[in-house]
Amino acid sequence: MKLRKLVVAIAATCSAFVVHADITVGVTLSATGPAASLGIPEKNTIALLPTMIGGQKVNYIVLDDASDTTTAVKNVRKMISESKVDVIVGSTITPNSLAMIDVVAEAETPMISMAASARIVDPANPKTKWVFKTPQNDQQMAIAIAAHMADRGVKTVAFIGFNDAYGEGWHQEFIKYADTYKFKVVANERYSRADTSVTGQVLKIIAAKPDAVLIAGSGTPAALPQVTLKERGFAGKYYQTHGIANNDFLRVGGKNVEGTYLPAGPILVAAQLPDSNPIKKSALAYIAKYEAAHGKGSISTFGGHAWDAGLLLQNAVPTALKKAQPGTKEFRAALRDALEGTKDLVGVHGVFNMSPSDHLGYDQRARVMVTIDKGAWKLDK
Amino acid sequence: MDLQIALLLSQDGITNGAIYALLSLALVLVFAVTRVIFIPQGEFVAFGALTLASFQAGKTPGTLWLLVGAGVVVALLDITMALRSGASRRIPRIVGWNLVYPAAAAAVVFLLKPSEFPLLAQIVLALALVVPLGPMMYRLAYQPLAEASVLVLLIVSVAVHLALVGLGLLFFGAEGSRTPSFSDASFDLGLVTVNGQTLWVVGASLLLIVVLALFFERTIYGKALRATAMNRTGARLMGISTVMAGKLSFLLAALIGAFSGILIAPITTIYYDTGFLIGLKGFVGAIVGGLASYPIAAAGAILVGLLEAFSSFWASAFKEVIVFTLIIPVLVWRSLTTRHVEEDE
Repeated sequence: MKLRKLVVAIAATCSAFVVHADITVGVTLSATGPAASLGIPEKNTIALLPTMIGGQKVNYIVLDDASDTTTAVKNVRKMISESKVDVIVGSTITPNSLAMIDVVAEAETPMISMAASARIVDPANPKTKWVFKTPQNDQQMAIAIAAHMADRGVKTVAFIGFNDAYGEGWHQEFIKYADTYKFKVVANERYSRADTSVTGQVLKIIAAKPDAVLIAGSGTPAALPQVTLKERGFAGKYYQTHGIANNDFLRVGGKNVEGTYLPAGPILVAAQLPDSNPIKKSALAYIAKYEAAHGKGSISTFGGHAWDAGLLLQNAVPTALKKAQPGTKEFRAALRDALEGTKDLVGVHGVFNMSPSDHLGYDQRARVMVTIDKGAWKLDK
Repeated sequence: MDLQIALLLSQDGITNGAIYALLSLALVLVFAVTRVIFIPQGEFVAFGALTLASFQAGKTPGTLWLLVGAGVVVALLDITMALRSGASRRIPRIVGWNLVYPAAAAAVVFLLKPSEFPLLAQIVLALALVVPLGPMMYRLAYQPLAEASVLVLLIVSVAVHLALVGLGLLFFGAEGSRTPSFSDASFDLGLVTVNGQTLWVVGASLLLIVVLALFFERTIYGKALRATAMNRTGARLMGISTVMAGKLSFLLAALIGAFSGILIAPITTIYYDTGFLIGLKGFVGAIVGGLASYPIAAAGAILVGLLEAFSSFWASAFKEVIVFTLIIPVLVWRSLTTRHVEEDE
């Protein structure tokens, strides 16, 4: 009996320590490798997140997964088993995020992904109960492009994209709307991020005489097909995806990318949004904070996804703290429930209204059509 | 496909092929002289182009710090060795090349404004920063292992390549850069328009190949390199320093790499890791030449360029597959036609 009392006493002491445990956020992102241009601003943004939420200290553990699926999974396992994290943030890209789902579901730890694919939070998969994400789905962006094309009388479209999951995913998503918006995809080409020439693909596209070209690439590599098309005298409309929304694209593309249309998160043109838009204030605050730390013009929309993940946590953690203490299984479950219950939270990319069947929670406010005008992003009304 | 498209594709293929040809020559040279399969060759392409782009953007290129850092390490190693072997008269030369030269380069970058230089001066300055990294790399990574097997040297090459790619990301960031073209002229030749930059690439590549041929045929250093390539022991008995030959071949490889990068930077966007794939295609060319024959390697590289251009037209999703599959029939053919000779290393 005495022994049992002792054990209880020890257990009580231990739980007394747990009461004061900090919240631990495990972050894995792709700060090196092919997705580095997305991962680096995210990493910079994590460093700007508050270290206190709801009166509780927050520790961030940031690991680099080098855009590699195996490393991402290894990072998550390590952070869950060794650091006992309360929530996982990451990864930057879709393949990594998909691979991490099994691990977080098994450990019953909530995860907030910063990758685009809708499959990450597919409600049909019971494991995604633990998974949330902040970037817009490709689908939302593809509809925006298709509708914009239809408005401007585009009947034939040529597609050129990366020969990886990004280009392939966009192609699949985009051709779905061909019937609805009455256009035909007349050419389907691929190129790789590291290619030094796309002349062959471009000649084929020009031979197909499309009204518009959709280029599905991310970052500066998406400039190459457009520059080559311009050099070869293609006079139709140019569409890009939200993957290009950083200032380096404007630098590399120069005058060759003038007049390009793209869908993007409202943060890209935050200053031009009407004052009635709630996202304007939130986005401008983030931009001011980021640029104060990293210099003027350094802002990238990808960092915004990390900031939104931070906002989700700041909104959900106080609710979860009322139910359980950080470091426990109960806290992780409470945090998951609180995340799922997010209502009318204004982020920098959109307004979150989560539900059990929607772990992204964006509406039409999460995207705007943007054009490139005189070397700057301009809201296309 | 009509004639016009075929001509445009050929033009594109030859432009890229010329760059691959230069790199394949450098690979053959380095392999023949030092038995190193020089995977980091492509990094010089990226470093050359991005250093030039940094100057134009008014930034200080990270390669400057690499040069200063590598110089200090090489100087420390060489001075220690010189003192140990009692050859202190070598010290001024070591200090001159490894400490004074990088310091002078740093002074030029910081005191004068390279962003206001004319293009030619920027190119010379970029080459002056990147090319000396070649011999320094040889001194640090390969010279201590000069007698090791080809496999060990290959593993070292992979390590050096990974280290340089990481440094490239640190120096230049994840996004790419382009530089303005040497000339905006274009020539209308009936069916096709030829860009000025294309002529520059092909012309400069040809010129460099001729200069290299003259260097190997006419100069004492060129002959020393050829002698080392034919027989290391024999060359050494004739008083040719294999260390000198190694450094010289790396110097040439770095020069060719950085220069190729500067040539193609106006045509395409260069990233910190672009060089690897370009180098790999040069390597396919070099394999066609059996890592021994310069003219066949150059021809093989042009073939790679043409194959790439035409396959990107017909089956863009499979372009890389087609290009790298070329290596299989070539290897089969070579292993069937050449008798294997046991190397006396």
